[in-house]
Amino acid sequence: MSSQTDESGKKLGMWLFLYTEIILFGGLFVLYAVYFARYTGDFIEGGKELNRLFGIVNTVILLISSFSVAASITAIQKKEKTRALAGLISALLCGLIFLVNKYIEWGHKIDHGIFPNSEKLIEGPPGQNIFFGLYYVITGLHGIHIIIGMTLLFISLVFVQTKTVTHTRFAFLENSGLYWHLVDLIWIFIFPLFYLII
Amino acid sequence: MKDKSPLHFFEYKTLFNVLLVLLVLTGITVGASFVDLGSLNVWIALIIASIKASFVLLFFMHMKYEGRVLVFSFLGTIFFLGIMISFTFWDVAFR
Amino acid sequence: MEVVPSFFETPAPAKYKGIWSWLITMDHKRIGLMYLFAVLFWFALAVLLGGLIRLELMFPGETFMGAQVYNSLFTLHGVIMVFLFIIPALPAVFGNFFLPIQIGTDDVFFPRLNLLSWYLYMAGGIIAVISLFSDGFPDTGWTFYVPFSISTHTNVSTAVFAAFVLGMASMLTGLNFITTIHRMRKKEMGWMQIPLFTWSIYATSWVQLLATPVVSITLILVMIERYVGVGLFDPEKGGDPILYQHLFWMYSHPAVYIMILPGMGVISEIIPVFSRKSIFGYKAIVVSSMSIAVAGSLVWAHHMYTSGMSDTAVFVFSLLTFVVAIPSAIKVFSWVATLYKGSIQMAPPLFLSLCFIYLFSVGGLTGLLLGAAGTDIYVHDTHFVVAHFHFTMFGGAGFAFFAALHYWWPKMFGRMYDFKKAYIGAILLTGGFMFHYVPMFILGLQGMPRRYFDYLPQFAKGNFFAGFGAGFMIVGIFLMLINLLVSLRKQRDASSDPWGGTTLEWQTSSPPPLHNFITEPQVPDYPYDFTGVVEKYAKDTKGE
Repeated sequence: MSSQTDESGKKLGMWLFLYTEIILFGGLFVLYAVYFARYTGDFIEGGKELNRLFGIVNTVILLISSFSVAASITAIQKKEKTRALAGLISALLCGLIFLVNKYIEWGHKIDHGIFPNSEKLIEGPPGQNIFFGLYYVITGLHGIHIIIGMTLLFISLVFVQTKTVTHTRFAFLENSGLYWHLVDLIWIFIFPLFYLII
Repeated sequence: MKDKSPLHFFEYKTLFNVLLVLLVLTGITVGASFVDLGSLNVWIALIIASIKASFVLLFFMHMKYEGRVLVFSFLGTIFFLGIMISFTFWDVAFR
Repeated sequence: MEVVPSFFETPAPAKYKGIWSWLITMDHKRIGLMYLFAVLFWFALAVLLGGLIRLELMFPGETFMGAQVYNSLFTLHGVIMVFLFIIPALPAVFGNFFLPIQIGTDDVFFPRLNLLSWYLYMAGGIIAVISLFSDGFPDTGWTFYVPFSISTHTNVSTAVFAAFVLGMASMLTGLNFITTIHRMRKKEMGWMQIPLFTWSIYATSWVQLLATPVVSITLILVMIERYVGVGLFDPEKGGDPILYQHLFWMYSHPAVYIMILPGMGVISEIIPVFSRKSIFGYKAIVVSSMSIAVAGSLVWAHHMYTSGMSDTAVFVFSLLTFVVAIPSAIKVFSWVATLYKGSIQMAPPLFLSLCFIYLFSVGGLTGLLLGAAGTDIYVHDTHFVVAHFHFTMFGGAGFAFFAALHYWWPKMFGRMYDFKKAYIGAILLTGGFMFHYVPMFILGLQGMPRRYFDYLPQFAKGNFFAGFGAGFMIVGIFLMLINLLVSLRKQRDASSDPWGGTTLEWQTSSPPPLHNFITEPQVPDYPYDFTGVVEKYAKDTKGE
């Protein structure tokens, strides 16, 4: 069947899937946009309670990981298998650090009584409840996608090692990379909207 | 259907330069958040984020060298997202 | 005539036998048929549920079920019809079976993903069945509006999770079809030579792909609200319940175009064949299909005029709704213009298509009354709406599904069905349909609300009359379907081209072989060129 060797077709399929992910998060951004307009003051106050340093570090980490993945795709096409593996391992490490950071952040918030349906949020200003509600839902969904992305990158790592992915047949690696970049793209918007609002 | 796009990849140097640009833009957006420009702040943040996203799309995601189908379908998706958010404001902004 | 082994005899992958040759198949035709039998099951079930609802409503007060059961019943009827029948049916059955054949290739681009879609569809159905038990099926209506969907004790989370899974199946099918059409067409088939059914599947697939994720996130949010109580739609916690409606209809309005576009594609195939004449306005139909897909994503809030949203939004969405009616009307004109001065051959597919044109037009025109905000205020949430969407979804998409069944049945199964019984079934169905739903327009204008277990005495006569119509309709449906199924007991007797079609599926045997074609299909310069067909039949009749 021709589709087995049609790498462009596989790439098209992956992009189509990415569009569904964009719209999936898009629904949440609709809610953010409306509530930001309605509760701007509360959102600003909420933003102040988030740790900027964590946000900046996570942003930088994801950008580096995207670079690593893109580099590994260049590497595979140049038949530089070791570099490809290094790129993927580096991206996976970045993902892991991101998740650890997220865990620490959430833990910190939960310890301070800020979690969905917590007393502090229910009794506080409604805009603040919405801000943190959106924070948990959006970063939670994003975190799930980090895990999915890391899984795909890990499988790609195995495929590169076992030479299932080669310099002529690397659609799986390329598509996993695309998925990972999308996860980075979403964070590029989450970061300023939650950590940098004034 | 034959594969139309020629096999092309970015050199490590190019990718690294893109990373540097992204880090600089991140620095700019953090810096901008210390300057109170009222309601403009969120738009500036979104514009810078969009520029960062464009670099990731064009270079890391190879969109610069992709064909019409991908470019138009991507833009179409963003257009639909734009409608989703903006048309909701026909309601929310005029209540 | 050489007997070619059909795809029924040759499983793919080859090593599987019996039931496994279906459950682990990669053959798009087998997958299409597996969808067909599931879809017919759900449709028949939901029809009977609808019958029970109308039976209850035939007499004022409680007839044989209480209000709680009634509420769950109309919710179940809606959920099954929308998510398990109308949205999947035409794309998953006929898109799967015929899309690859119409473009001259041997399968879809991602065969394993295709099978996964089927399993997701079946899983969604099973999860929906599970939500019938313990706390009972939701009583919220298929629209699951907050706050009631958050507070009700019925199995909302399970049911919306079923809808979520079904949505994934729909999205992945759309993804598969788009990739197939872009990458696997025969080289000679340019975009302006693609048959109109395939074009309609293409437009539908984009809507399936882009709109479904909106309802996916919306349903996830309902589950999160039920379990965790974040408050995103709860005014006590700062939320806005109208935002739920915005997100819900952002998908569910485009969803009605997912329902109707493939149906319109089928009608565009059938009308030329039975008029022995090229379709009028091929390009206009292509452009209108894509326009409907685009414009349909701009009008969702016309379901929300009375929700409390701003007057500005009411005005804007009403204006845009008028725009979206235009491409649909273009198609109706094109079909009628095709029939005009054609050489009409009456057959069940054509009969059902003509019923479609009438019923869909009525549905579409009554949609204008609803789309115009000023008039909508009086009929919103009344039986007028119920009648409108049954005319468009049932009289439209449903009838197109039946027409497709009758058109492609001989190709899929190699057997022709009894025409007379098909006509009787179709006439009973259409006549019963009119007697069943027209009273609802009147009841709605008189003020009878929808989704109400009981009604005021002045509505009794209309409801009684409608119940009678339902009886004839249901008999007609079952007669029609049984007539088709009974044909399977015959020996294979259908030729490769019993109707005189010009699209590629009529160039191969009935049923087709495993890889769809034995000899390479010839792609015509124009997909609706009937000169060859007209000559062939003129010769045949001369010989009689």
